[in-house]
Amino acid sequence: MTKDKLYTLLKEKLGDFVELAANDTDLPTCIVDVQHIYQAIALLKDEHGFVFLTDVCGIHYPEQLLPLGVIYHLHNFKTNERIRLKTFVSAESPIVPTLTSLFESANWMERETYDFYGIVFDGHPNLKRILNVEYLDFYPMRKEYKLEDPTREDKDNRFFGR
Amino acid sequence: MERQDPHIIIQPEDIDKQYHTLNLGPTHPATHGIFQNILTMDGEKIIDAEQTIGYIHRAFEKIAERRPYYQIKPLTDRMNYCSSPINNMGWDMTFEKLMGIEVSKKVDYMRVILMELARITDHLVCNSVIGVDSGALTGFVYVFEQREAIYEIYEEMCGARLTTNMGRFGGFERDFNATAINKLRALLKRLPQVLHEFEKLLVRNRIFMDRTINVGGISAERALNYGFTGPNLRAAGVDYDVRVMNPYSSYQDFDFVIPVGQNGDVYDRFCVRQQEMWESIKIIESALENMPQGKPHVDIPHIYLPPKHEVYDKMEALIYHFKIVMGEIDPPKKEIYHAVEGGNGELGFYLVSDGGRSPYRLHFRRPSFIYYQAFPEIIKGSTLSDAILTMSSMNVIAGELDA
Amino acid sequence: MSEIKPAYNVVETPDGYSAPGLFATSLDKVIGLARKNSIWPLPFATSCCGIEFMATMGAHYDLGRFGAERLSFSPRQADLLMVMGTIAKKMAPIVHQVYEQMTEPKWVIAVGACAASGGIFDTYSVLQGIDRVVPVDVYVPGCPPRPEQIIEGFLKIQDLVGNESLRRRYSPEYRELLKKYRIA
Repeated sequence: MTKDKLYTLLKEKLGDFVELAANDTDLPTCIVDVQHIYQAIALLKDEHGFVFLTDVCGIHYPEQLLPLGVIYHLHNFKTNERIRLKTFVSAESPIVPTLTSLFESANWMERETYDFYGIVFDGHPNLKRILNVEYLDFYPMRKEYKLEDPTREDKDNRFFGR
Repeated sequence: MERQDPHIIIQPEDIDKQYHTLNLGPTHPATHGIFQNILTMDGEKIIDAEQTIGYIHRAFEKIAERRPYYQIKPLTDRMNYCSSPINNMGWDMTFEKLMGIEVSKKVDYMRVILMELARITDHLVCNSVIGVDSGALTGFVYVFEQREAIYEIYEEMCGARLTTNMGRFGGFERDFNATAINKLRALLKRLPQVLHEFEKLLVRNRIFMDRTINVGGISAERALNYGFTGPNLRAAGVDYDVRVMNPYSSYQDFDFVIPVGQNGDVYDRFCVRQQEMWESIKIIESALENMPQGKPHVDIPHIYLPPKHEVYDKMEALIYHFKIVMGEIDPPKKEIYHAVEGGNGELGFYLVSDGGRSPYRLHFRRPSFIYYQAFPEIIKGSTLSDAILTMSSMNVIAGELDA
Repeated sequence: MSEIKPAYNVVETPDGYSAPGLFATSLDKVIGLARKNSIWPLPFATSCCGIEFMATMGAHYDLGRFGAERLSFSPRQADLLMVMGTIAKKMAPIVHQVYEQMTEPKWVIAVGACAASGGIFDTYSVLQGIDRVVPVDVYVPGCPPRPEQIIEGFLKIQDLVGNESLRRRYSPEYRELLKKYRIA
């Protein structure tokens, strides 16, 4: 499936809620409005054979209007095509519909995305932290948080370029 | 004493059902790793299971956003530490794809050999541990000797055994030396004998078959829905293999079979892994046979790390060394997804580059993480001892699970 | 006549006075001797180092040669806690609990850079060395250490075990140490 074919296909159903991503990607990529992402993926799964959800992950662009994103990779085994869909939400109400009713595998991948970025998956059966401790009070993969362990005292910043 | 009326028949629903909770893990000796399963049990039968993971979460993806490309490779080692060369080379290939570099056939073939060796070590650990969990320690001791032999080949290539950090962007730091070739040939001679012996111990062993057939099965449809890949998916009957579907590193040059199971149960997983090792041996033999001549790396100075002795006496080499290690490579702004067939399934690298010295976002698609969530569904209704076997046959690697 | 070597290892006799039918030495030494050659390790393997420990226990390296053939998976009956691999903050209370459950005398060995200091994982989710939750006797560096290194660390533990005074565990210093780690 080429990029344009994916775009026209989604455009037909969703109208203006879909846009083509920039050129520098290796897979056909579309950005879908968050209200319609579920519909788009259900359409691709049921009618176009994208039965395998390869991956779900989050991303954070702090300077964008809609800073938090979710990225889906889908795979059609019959024609051996991969596609990528993206959707973006605001930091104030980061709510994305869950895919758990379409793919069981989305369950943990969405929990991981929630754990890392605080993106809330609406309708998820068990949305709680998965990898981090439950009492963690921030979403560590957001760009503003530091990587290093704050309790270390033996590191001299002069020697670590910080 | 009051006698019961023999005509009264107690219906099953009249008995007051009592379930109890069993906390399996996180440091249970039978689970081979740090997973917690809170089981609701009816006697010996499992009614429900709730998993807790993340006990060795090390924040790989966050680290990857702060490290130059070159320094990310040690992280990939520690993901699936049973088959780290596959992870290493997967990352190398991802970066080469980002930079648009073509490596020579020689590099491809060397990578194929090392990746297939890694696949063998991975499957050896998994299958021998299935043996241990079903009560046969002998096989474990047999095959671990061969695993050591493979580690010795790694040592010749990179000096390390387990967390190899092998290879460079654009190739290898050195070719196979004579010792490595000899060791490889000795292994190719000895390993089939050991595998035969191992199979004789288990494959048609009545006890082993009774313990594993129809235990922990999953249908192809459910497996796909749960995002299974690798041997576990193939055991369920889907012939999906990244090496064939999206060939990388010249896998299209090799003739091999994708073994497929039927029921997706423990026995099928065992047999698929066993068969894959035979295929791997075939691939290695063929790659060794047809190994092209030439340099084991590309000649692109700003990508391929210069040899150490040149770094000490040549100015350009020193500059390039510094630039590569410190991340002054100037990658293009691009988004790529690259997948390799890891020991447990499709190991994917989703890389977003903003042209900076480290990835803007690097996400690892870790197969164990995705398929382990099917575990409660698989073990529901089975006994505790079967659940342990199911877990070891799924080959969930804690490092890969928790990232 | 050539000396016949026994097919098994015999430990060295401790210093003492011997006479026909008599051998006198201190109780410390005898108990140390017995303890150090029958350590029951509890493998607390979380990640990569655990795989190297499997190799250490395997036929090639065989830790059993040093009297540690019997792995104790129950903390109640273990002498030596071998922490191998990264300990995340989520895991730290469990390490502490396992240590508390072990009966005295007990020793701890931190195998690998992660267990010793957090290693390359200086991140928000990783405990920067298990000595923040339990007292450690021997650190084995390496990422992961080779089986030979693990064995070397084990031999160091044997030295400690063999030479430990019987009164150490009752000393106020030791109580103080445990108190520091909030172990009753």
